[in-house]
Amino acid sequence: MNKIMEIKNISLQFGGVKALNDVSFHINEGEIFSIIGPNGAGKTSMLNCISGLYKPSEGEIHYKGKNILPMKPHQRTKLGIARAFQNIALFGSMSVLDNLKLGRHTLMKSGFIKSGIYWGAAEKEEVQHRRKVEEVIDFLQLQDIRHTPVDKLPYGLQKRVEVGRALALDPELILLDEPMAGMNASEKEEMSRFILDMLELKNITVVLIEHDLEVVMGLSNHLVVLDFGKQIGFGTPKEVQQNPDVIKAYIGEELTI
Amino acid sequence: MECGNYKTNYSKDMHLFRIPRVKLRIFIIVLLLFLLPLFTSNYVIGLATLCAIASIGAIGLNILTGFTGQISVGVGAFLAIGGYTSAILTSILGWSFWISLPLAGLVTAIVGGIFGIPSLRLKGLYLAIATLAAQFIVLWAIGRFSGLTGGGEGMVLQRPSIGSFTFSSQTSYYYLCLVILLLVTIYTLNLFRAKTGRAFLAVHHRDVAAQIMGIHLLKYKVVAFALSSFIVGIGGALLAHYTMIVTVELYSIDVSIQYLAMILVGGLGSVFGSILGAIFITLLPVALGYMIEFLTVYMPNAYSLLNSFQEFVFGLVIILFLIFEPGGLIHIWNNIKTYLRLWPFSY
Repeated sequence: MNKIMEIKNISLQFGGVKALNDVSFHINEGEIFSIIGPNGAGKTSMLNCISGLYKPSEGEIHYKGKNILPMKPHQRTKLGIARAFQNIALFGSMSVLDNLKLGRHTLMKSGFIKSGIYWGAAEKEEVQHRRKVEEVIDFLQLQDIRHTPVDKLPYGLQKRVEVGRALALDPELILLDEPMAGMNASEKEEMSRFILDMLELKNITVVLIEHDLEVVMGLSNHLVVLDFGKQIGFGTPKEVQQNPDVIKAYIGEELTI
Repeated sequence: MECGNYKTNYSKDMHLFRIPRVKLRIFIIVLLLFLLPLFTSNYVIGLATLCAIASIGAIGLNILTGFTGQISVGVGAFLAIGGYTSAILTSILGWSFWISLPLAGLVTAIVGGIFGIPSLRLKGLYLAIATLAAQFIVLWAIGRFSGLTGGGEGMVLQRPSIGSFTFSSQTSYYYLCLVILLLVTIYTLNLFRAKTGRAFLAVHHRDVAAQIMGIHLLKYKVVAFALSSFIVGIGGALLAHYTMIVTVELYSIDVSIQYLAMILVGGLGSVFGSILGAIFITLLPVALGYMIEFLTVYMPNAYSLLNSFQEFVFGLVIILFLIFEPGGLIHIWNNIKTYLRLWPFSY
């Protein structure tokens, strides 16, 4: 299988704290890849390094064979790397539609002159992208809330819109930071379906951070385990489950999976 | 039979005013504004002109502060740049007003864009202080280069003209300002339903998420500064040609505060709010003046005391708005609309 992303010896330091310490793994094209670990293990820091919010002190991140570390966050988005945040980072007073359309920002062309004149080029573009956004709305079943401002929505739906905004980009790689945090069992199941469908129907490679081990083990093809910034396991769910370091450091002495 | 207002394509669903009734209402309001000179005095038309010019400036400021979330206390300076550019181009170089007006906007946009560059690193109050610097630097420069700007004496401008027709009457200039206000309003409303405006809002709400969505922060912040300054510059030029004089005193920090008050009272992040706020703040001193005149009849000795109350009331109004209606006049208007829609039932 093709490696879509390769993380090579990444270290990230904040003052004296080593948030990430020599982490290396790779993500295959067309798989669901999970990053797990206890709280504060450096999972979100890892995603921040991938999407460009943090600059690692050492190492390289290759996306399709190209080192993306020198690139700014918005440039990485143009490569087709989308992200949904852990703490919902939607644009509160804007409608679901506008949030999703913002997801398509990099794919739209009209500048401030065409935007302001609107009639003509910009309108055509808006309609064309609206059609794409509606596909996402259908996919995530957001039809009846498309005009609602997102801060009026319940938490579970906000999470879904957050994922939708990343999906609207038509990404090749999507980073999902705890998309199921705070959800009940049926909502989790629904979200798991969406994640599987992303891969099956849209052929998007998924990078997932999740605490629910049942979900993680069930969904992922490969996963990496972090603990205090160190990588203690990497492989298929089976391999990781049998890794003594993982059992000891993360799951605990009594193994019940 | 249709039992509702249905949209059958996406274009219709994204119209500025999606309901025919609203369209009609806006049309009637605009029509009334155009008919205003038929049944009012020159004095009222003069006030209306000032309101229109203030509205243009307030919309400009709202694009930056209300929509994009970058506080600016340098509006006075940008109005000055617009006014002085037009003054220099028309009075010294003898260019036509119709060329000077867009150029005034353009020059202001460039200066505004330059002062917008620190906004990448500075946020909130810190940015406000940086724009305060713009206010002082620009006014200092105008005073310093007196050869070009006339220094303390200021400059005299002419009313614009087309062929043999000059916009010298109150009514004709009112129409000119009204048309430009209309264009600015439509432009801004359109802007915020398309790509650029959405990006501005995203920068306002969460700049980290905006970055991940692929929005180039510096570019959009500078564009917001430039665009806002362009419109403010146009307002400044219109004001200069209306009063037919520009001096440094006309553009002090008070003016900047007044414009901030307009968008605060009117409603941050609302085009119609900007217009309401501009009208409110422009007419407030006039209304207070009438009140004082009225009271002086009964208390002739209290004139000077009451007069000094004007500033006090101005401040009080802003404080009351901040406490009781942070959403501004537009929020009050929307509340009334919701109330009337449901009336007489509360649910």
